[in-house]
Amino acid sequence: MDRVAVIQYCLSGITHGSVYAIVAIGFNIIYNTTGIINFAQGEFVIAGAMTAISLSAVVPLPAAIALAVLLTMLLGGLIELVFIRQARDASVLRLIIITIGLSIVIREAMLHIWDEKVRSLPFFTGTDTSTVTLAGAHISTQALWVLGVCAVIVAALTAFYRFTATGRAMRACADNRMAARLCGINERRMVTLSFMLSAGIGALAGCVISPVTQTQYDMGAPLAIKGFTVAVLGGLGNSMAAVAAGLLLGLLEAFTVSQFQVAYKEAVSIVVLLLVLVCRPSGLFARRGIVALGGS
Amino acid sequence: MRRRRYLPILAGVIFVIALQAVLSAVGATYYMTQVTMSAYYALVVIGLCLLMGYAGQVSLGHAGFFAIGGYTSAVLTTCNLIAWRESPWVCGCRMLGLVVERQDLYGATLLSFAPWPALMAALVVAGLVAFLIGVPILRLRGHYLAMASLGFGLIIYRIVLGTPLFGQADGVSNVPPFRLAGGLQINGRPAFRVQNYYLAWAAVLASMVLAVNLVHSRVGRALRSIHQNEEAAHSLGVDTYRYKLAVLVLSALLAAAGGVLLTHYNGSIGPSEVTVMKSVRYVAIVAVGGMANLWGAMVMGVVLNFLSLRGVFGTYDDAVFGLILIAMMLFAPEGLLRADWWRTALSRFRRARHA
Repeated sequence: MDRVAVIQYCLSGITHGSVYAIVAIGFNIIYNTTGIINFAQGEFVIAGAMTAISLSAVVPLPAAIALAVLLTMLLGGLIELVFIRQARDASVLRLIIITIGLSIVIREAMLHIWDEKVRSLPFFTGTDTSTVTLAGAHISTQALWVLGVCAVIVAALTAFYRFTATGRAMRACADNRMAARLCGINERRMVTLSFMLSAGIGALAGCVISPVTQTQYDMGAPLAIKGFTVAVLGGLGNSMAAVAAGLLLGLLEAFTVSQFQVAYKEAVSIVVLLLVLVCRPSGLFARRGIVALGGS
Repeated sequence: MRRRRYLPILAGVIFVIALQAVLSAVGATYYMTQVTMSAYYALVVIGLCLLMGYAGQVSLGHAGFFAIGGYTSAVLTTCNLIAWRESPWVCGCRMLGLVVERQDLYGATLLSFAPWPALMAALVVAGLVAFLIGVPILRLRGHYLAMASLGFGLIIYRIVLGTPLFGQADGVSNVPPFRLAGGLQINGRPAFRVQNYYLAWAAVLASMVLAVNLVHSRVGRALRSIHQNEEAAHSLGVDTYRYKLAVLVLSALLAAAGGVLLTHYNGSIGPSEVTVMKSVRYVAIVAVGGMANLWGAMVMGVVLNFLSLRGVFGTYDDAVFGLILIAMMLFAPEGLLRADWWRTALSRFRRARHA
């Protein structure tokens, strides 16, 4: 491979990897406040993109995306209020199965609303052929959008967690739920909020990546697997590490495509997932030795 | 105690015979085809019930084991060894009856493995894969185990879709019938409908006897102790890891057996048997039957698969199973087929009416 090709693969890897990172952060937000892995995370991403695609036919693109993000946040909040709250004392096994059921129902609902056609949002700026040249390699303007939006999401989330009272309250819940409750933090509200936040950033990620990868009703599950792989790779609950892990998986996939058939691209993340789970379940960047695995 | 354990088996036998009599009497024998297929799917459910309900280990990849069984048998019984006819290995296998000659649809001579050795090979492969995959992933718990088993199922799906030997998206077809002793054979043709109905039920009831006995043995008690509190079980000297591994292998064997038998019955197997949705569907069925309720799981395995195969749910097929999962986990995590659940639901209903 020459130098330009390497840069080209890197850019493509980083673009996809940053979306995986956002999905992983979505997993982490909910995991931190509830201890649940939300198997419907991928469906949030697709639901957001699909809603934006439908809305963009009637309102301008920025408004469509904003509305889609809001609607998906509502969906996330509703799911928490109606289903997760009911099963508050359930075991992990039950909660896993509930979120799996939710992901299926949302997916099937999307199939009946938007059929099985592959759709996509228009490119935010320029057309599908407009590119920017970077050190000899070409990058689509949409890829720059993806990178930019993902960076903004990460920065905004960091600021939210660090500087706002609500963000601090959510972190307190993640750290010690009982202590947070004793300090007068409404823990249930934080859980609802975490579902909304997670759905919202998932939807936004779905919107920016839609012009690049297209959107179809059943693309949520593979995306969720990759997001989960990234979340585990970085260590569950650790959002900053998830960014690094996401870029790592993106690069790994990009270079696999350069060496093997495209068909194996899907398998990369699963193999990485199984390897990490078996060899280093606390994640690549874990500082503390052993982290409790699952538990109840 | 022992007599009570076999009472449901006897009831099952009577029900099976009665159902056949009724269906034949009203001339609706075509229902028997779907009942037969559902019964083979129920084998997977029985195995998964042992793993999930009794040992408390989630598997979102059981369709993978079903497929390993079905595809191994399908490939071995449809491959053509005619080019190696002269090799001593093939000649030896032929003399032992492991390799048989038959004519395909167009009259060409096929030299492929007989169903019996293919079944054995399928079980060995499935058991071995379960063991190898179980050694690392059964150390995980909760979400980690769920995702790892999901990953296993996805890898099997990718392998099936990407390998020309497995027919890729088309699957493997023209799988020959499975000739058993005494003129019986597993064959999907209408002429064999009644005997296949009984053969499938015999397989299901035999598995039930095995599973029920296992559950009531020392092993079963150890498994339940793992489900309730793994640390406590471990501290009492239960080798939790070995028991979990053994149950995973057993449930993989049951799933693979279901896969082999259904493949011979249908004469084909395709990648739709390996999807994540299939695995989730098995989990849903175990959940409806009541996690730790073998009879409930078996009955639901037959009933829900039958309804699905008849197309009762239409385009909402997957959605129905998703809703079942949510509803069961929210309202009746112990399953529907439990007397105490109905009693509390009934008393709640009465109280609501009086209030």
